[in-house]
Amino acid sequence: MRRSARDTDEGARKVSRRALFLGGSMAAVIAVLGARMRHMQIEQADEFRLLAEDNRISIRLIPPARGLIHDRNGKLLAGNEQNYRVIISRDDAGNVEDVLSRLTEVLPLSNDDLERAKKEAKRRSPLPIIVADRLSWEDVSKVAINAPALPGVSPEFGLSRIYPRDTDFAHVVGYVGPVSDNDLAKLEEPDPLLQTPKFQIGKIGVETWMEGVLRGKAGNRRVEVNALGRVMRELGRQEGDAGADIRLTIDADVQNYVQARMGEESAAAVIMDVENGDILAIASSPSFDPNLFVRGISHPDYNALTENDHRPLANKAVQGAYPPGSTFKMVTALAALEAGAITTSTPVHCPGHYEVGGRRFHCWKGGGHGKVTLERSLTESCDVYFYDIAMKVGIDKIAEMGRKLGLGIRHDLPMSAITDGLMPDKAWKLERYKKEWLLGDTVNAAIGQGYVLTSPLQLAVMTARIASGRAISPRLIQTIGSEVTPVETAPPLGLNAQYLNAVRQGMYAVSNTQRGTAYSSRIEEKNLRMAGKTGTSQVRNISAAERARGVVSNANLPWDRRDHALFVAFGPFEAPRYAVAVIVEHGGGGSTAAAPIGRDLMLRALSDGIPPIGAYPAAQRNRIETMQRGLILRDAEGKPQGSSRA
Amino acid sequence: MSFLEYQLKTVPTGGAKVLHLNWALIVLLTTIASVGFLMLYSVAGGRLEVWAEPQIKRFILGMSVMFFVGFIPIWFWRNMAGLAYGLSLLLLLGVEFFGSIGMGAQRWIELGPLRLQPSELSKITLVMLLAAYYDWLDLKKTSRPLWVLIPVIIILLPTALVLIQPDLGTAILLMGGGAVVMFCAGVSWIYFGVVIGLGAGAITAVLASRGTPWQLLKDYQYNRIDTFLDPSSDPLGTGYHISQAKIALGSGGWAGRGFMQGTQSRLNFLPEKHTDFIFTTLAEEFGFVGAFSLLCLYALVLVFCISSALQNKDRFASLVTLGIAATFFFYFSVNMLMVMGLAPVVGVPLPLVSYGGSSMLVLLAAFGLVQSAYVHRPR
Repeated sequence: MRRSARDTDEGARKVSRRALFLGGSMAAVIAVLGARMRHMQIEQADEFRLLAEDNRISIRLIPPARGLIHDRNGKLLAGNEQNYRVIISRDDAGNVEDVLSRLTEVLPLSNDDLERAKKEAKRRSPLPIIVADRLSWEDVSKVAINAPALPGVSPEFGLSRIYPRDTDFAHVVGYVGPVSDNDLAKLEEPDPLLQTPKFQIGKIGVETWMEGVLRGKAGNRRVEVNALGRVMRELGRQEGDAGADIRLTIDADVQNYVQARMGEESAAAVIMDVENGDILAIASSPSFDPNLFVRGISHPDYNALTENDHRPLANKAVQGAYPPGSTFKMVTALAALEAGAITTSTPVHCPGHYEVGGRRFHCWKGGGHGKVTLERSLTESCDVYFYDIAMKVGIDKIAEMGRKLGLGIRHDLPMSAITDGLMPDKAWKLERYKKEWLLGDTVNAAIGQGYVLTSPLQLAVMTARIASGRAISPRLIQTIGSEVTPVETAPPLGLNAQYLNAVRQGMYAVSNTQRGTAYSSRIEEKNLRMAGKTGTSQVRNISAAERARGVVSNANLPWDRRDHALFVAFGPFEAPRYAVAVIVEHGGGGSTAAAPIGRDLMLRALSDGIPPIGAYPAAQRNRIETMQRGLILRDAEGKPQGSSRA
Repeated sequence: MSFLEYQLKTVPTGGAKVLHLNWALIVLLTTIASVGFLMLYSVAGGRLEVWAEPQIKRFILGMSVMFFVGFIPIWFWRNMAGLAYGLSLLLLLGVEFFGSIGMGAQRWIELGPLRLQPSELSKITLVMLLAAYYDWLDLKKTSRPLWVLIPVIIILLPTALVLIQPDLGTAILLMGGGAVVMFCAGVSWIYFGVVIGLGAGAITAVLASRGTPWQLLKDYQYNRIDTFLDPSSDPLGTGYHISQAKIALGSGGWAGRGFMQGTQSRLNFLPEKHTDFIFTTLAEEFGFVGAFSLLCLYALVLVFCISSALQNKDRFASLVTLGIAATFFFYFSVNMLMVMGLAPVVGVPLPLVSYGGSSMLVLLAAFGLVQSAYVHRPR
């Protein structure tokens, strides 16, 4: 179509005007864009730079290696094992479910593991998914070989706790476990380490009481991460400090022997150095494998432990409070001697029973012992003698002596739930029961029954104090790192040496004279001989009717109604080195159930290795040898061996 | 003015056309595309073959197309305008039925080895048809309602088709480009005023009705509008992308972190870092200096186009040049407003820089039209 020149010009002018307006508008928008750039890149640059750095740099903690725990000879009790876990990083894996299903063909993954990993994969988190923990080197190699088929899967290296002498030290060393919310709530300012995934802290025993020493200090590394949280490179690194190693006073081999010797009995034993209080062995049986707890114990395993009536989880050596029975008689005797109520030769007539306030208290020997002095009272464990002298000296003096010898007070060891025991007196009963102390209570306390409660540890301390005449305190930690726990020479008890000697002599007679209650558990070897005291403590009341019919023997009672068997001893008699305390719960008589174990433990502590058969009375050697052979002991690495003959 | 009125003697012919091309524009476009190659090399972590190499190939192909289009006289293209528009409408309909699903929207059509986005093509054909329409239309009728309705329908047809895909970014560019051609052709201000007024009124009505008994949209639709207008209200979705883009841009500072040193893009904090968000990487690595320089290069392209349109006495040629300049302007300004957090996130690439075949080819073909208009201008 043709246009007139005028039209064309006018059209072009209009286009020009509009185009100029358009250009102006565009210039305005471009100016806005430029201004925005200037604002963001120059005025706010520092702010955004900071945000970019926040994005990019992440501080990761390096968990320190936990301190090791050794026995007195440097044998490993708690170590760190290299362990491998397999992780999946989401961005590299693509389809996590796919990769997981392929991974199951390579790794023995449990359904629990799989479910957990799938659940974690659904969460929008930048952290890698931990698929399997505690894998062997073989499993990790398999993953590495199949790497091309498993995108995003990579092995990771870490340390985990291992207890090579598993059951022997479950109660002493304890175990570590994952940090619970409860643990965190207890701390005011929790170490950030505790919040790192899979971190473990001490739960019981030395592991928990020495946590501060063992844990060490975390290092950290500054890493550059990508948008998905994967570490691209390390920018800087500050190593942490490994936890300090700890050396215990315990001899792992002696401990092993003690644990094996107690077998499946519900029992506890303590062997203690009478000079410096070093605990050579402290065991409670039955025991359990602490490694189960580190890995996360299964429900059936845990139920088996809690439902067992022998209470494997309880550390009976320090937690158990038992009536000490006749092992308490040394306390009563020393109290009476020190108070001047009797002399070593004051005679008491035992007709087999003793009357106080219209009540009749029986001696264990129905027919009575006749005329009894101190030495014979201990040797034959005459109850009436102690009823009598206790009435003369009074409960408060006896309690004072008990506390002097370490009963009724808490001995601090790095162990969980240590009991105070109970050393009753008049004031205590008034406070506790709002009742006056009765004479009958004194009579019961005189032979370690009634209110008196002691732990095996306390009995060992008592025996060590009688043996040394000094206020020995137990010690479990020998060194922390390179620092040796100081051993202070214990102060003397301030007891008359003559009286102490008389009591020691009485204990010697218990183990070494024909009428002694522990004579059948005597030591033949002269310079190894020990001085001991048996105890049998009732856990039930014997009614007058039953006494008339004849007391039911332990063998005819259900297990949990039987008497506790106790034995304490120190030896060698001439130059005492160790004190031993043994309790066999519901074991029956102290002389038959506890004393033989006590003798074996004493001989084991005094000799290097299995007790020499020559130390036993000739008639018992065959039986003892068979028993010793049957014990399953550990080799130097802590692995159980079939028999001790090798 | 029709091509018959050209004094053909003064229009260069044959090989001589090469000398009469707007070489400044060619240098400018090549510079901008080179910035793109550099950035694509950088965001691929220093690898050429990932994005930069295919992009260079497309650029070379695009340049050939530009020369080809530029050598053909502009009056031929005017005569082709209706056909081209019709073809692009057919292709748009084609993606509705045969399109592949990509990026959550139907945008591609497979033509043998070529993967074409008809929505890109329609931006140019629309401008062409509108320019041809106003070249044909009697000047006096320009602002008459009936003759205004026709170009409005021409604009709304492809716009509606791309909105169905849905591709909001292209729809905005189509309407913007079309409106600019109408505006430059001299359509009365009143129409633009009325449309802007009605649009603003409708938006106000929709927003104001929220929470009242006569609410115009469903609640979930309002929620979508909220996150669209304010991405930070959805910090894990679009908001995350936008805030990361802003961090990248701002942390560039004055001179940037240096080539291939941008942590935001290298560590994958940036979304779509090789396509719609490539500007953030440029701003991070070359700072304000780099980002502002690119803005200036774009502005220069506009200056060349507008001045060439002003000098051209051919109505079709100048309208087509202005329409293409406007489309180009909408491309980069919407993209930059978007990545700088001034506009909602709509999928618009940075022209000649973002990785993508269709937009590169179509843009260079469009600049071919600009060249043709320039070479064959009446002298």
